[in-house]
Amino acid sequence: MGVATRFFGLTLMHSGICMRRPQLVFNEIYNAGVLSLIIIIVSGLFVGMVLGLQGYETLQTYGSEEALGILVALSLVRELGPVVAALLFASRAGSAITAEIGLMKATEQIAAMEMMAVDPLARVVAPRFWGAVISMPLLAALFSAMGIFGGYLVGVVLIGVDEGSFWSQMQAAVDVREDVMNGVIKSVVFGVAVTVIALFEGYDAPPTAEGVSRATTRTVVTSSLAILALDFVLTAFMFRGV
Amino acid sequence: MSDNLIEIRDLHFGYGSRPVLQGINLNARRGQVVAIMGNSGCGKTTLFRLIGGALRASRGSLKVDGVELSALDQVGLYALRRRMGVLFQFGALFTDMTVFDNVAFQLREHTDLPEELIRDLVLLKLHAVGLRGAARLMPSELSGGMARRVALARAVALDPMLVMYDEPFAGLDPISLGVIGNIIRRLTDTLGLTSLVVTHDVQESLKIVDYVYFISEGRIEAEGTPDEIRASLQPFVHQFVHGEEDGPVPFHYPAPAIAEDLGVARV
Repeated sequence: MGVATRFFGLTLMHSGICMRRPQLVFNEIYNAGVLSLIIIIVSGLFVGMVLGLQGYETLQTYGSEEALGILVALSLVRELGPVVAALLFASRAGSAITAEIGLMKATEQIAAMEMMAVDPLARVVAPRFWGAVISMPLLAALFSAMGIFGGYLVGVVLIGVDEGSFWSQMQAAVDVREDVMNGVIKSVVFGVAVTVIALFEGYDAPPTAEGVSRATTRTVVTSSLAILALDFVLTAFMFRGV
Repeated sequence: MSDNLIEIRDLHFGYGSRPVLQGINLNARRGQVVAIMGNSGCGKTTLFRLIGGALRASRGSLKVDGVELSALDQVGLYALRRRMGVLFQFGALFTDMTVFDNVAFQLREHTDLPEELIRDLVLLKLHAVGLRGAARLMPSELSGGMARRVALARAVALDPMLVMYDEPFAGLDPISLGVIGNIIRRLTDTLGLTSLVVTHDVQESLKIVDYVYFISEGRIEAEGTPDEIRASLQPFVHQFVHGEEDGPVPFHYPAPAIAEDLGVARV
């Protein structure tokens, strides 16, 4: 834990290159963010559709199916968007980062870079950190948007909930600061946690096939647990007075 | 300025309590190809890493171009490394970059040269190793010998004073073996650099090097020109050069007598 924290500090200290050469960060936004789009869009759509079905079933019992928009939107923006998007991000982008850096180490690419007087923390680690941290909230926002669209498809288009009520109640109940901003803060925190774990595990992996394989598994497991634990802590602070 | 680019005096190094190098004395003269030979695990790669500054000696002096390595901080070490090139055993090419970008890597990282000039320099380096036509290929599309040649072009991209080669002949077919050997000699002569070759390929390296150091169990066991080495009657050198199975380097790892292990010893 201490070594990982020191690694995080060193990554921040070596981040100057990201300002001088933003193209390095753009490349990593592509690798971590753009290449995760398919899984985020499809998952978001299905999660929203399931929310639409389950929410309608429960709400109609109390005759308040018009509140379906609120249920879908708040569930996604506050919790499911940041959390599920981060879990998917850890599985797709986090594992890819660990495997890539672990293999770079195993094939002496990191050592070669050091021998060329290029600091791998600046050239390899820092751009990946910022690329992933910038991607995470954008992916979470896209996940929530697709989820709301999925809820709309099932609730309004398929089941026939009133479209005006669906959107207007959602608009009235979802608060930008309380709900949307807190969701964004969560996704940023999850993004930092997942990326630091993925980078550290890759950098720290024994340079063997088995070492890289174990490091990749550890990234997904540790990241998932960190996301869920951090979500509890953040939720406790953010929504305790609501 | 000393004639020697590398000067090592009484160098000691160990991993934990296990000594690896025990009092190495070695010089590499400017403009020469110097080979460090020895059997696997003798400490030659450790010495290579010490000269590159990847490890710190526990005792002794190691100077590169008159600079004592142990006195350097990271900034000083990186400044020195910019004047060194390293060829790793399997090339260590960056797999997410083309051959061209691999060779251009240091030029882009360490200089502000315009892209047109970088293009010309990279093509010249690739031409020197015969791979100008492969500039747009990815490392995964190269054979082992080609990858080694690209790595060589990358190692000399900044016209270093010293190039270190870690097992440059390992795992190559006879043609690639000869090609790599000739390129090492040619680059050393034409670019006026100093080459340090860590290898256990005796026959191939004796064709191209100017001076040889033999390391055994962390000590310099013998040294000399290729002719002196070929003619040497020293048991270790003779065994190594002629590839003899048994000698000062025993065939059998230390073990109890076989009769004792098989339980047929006389009672």
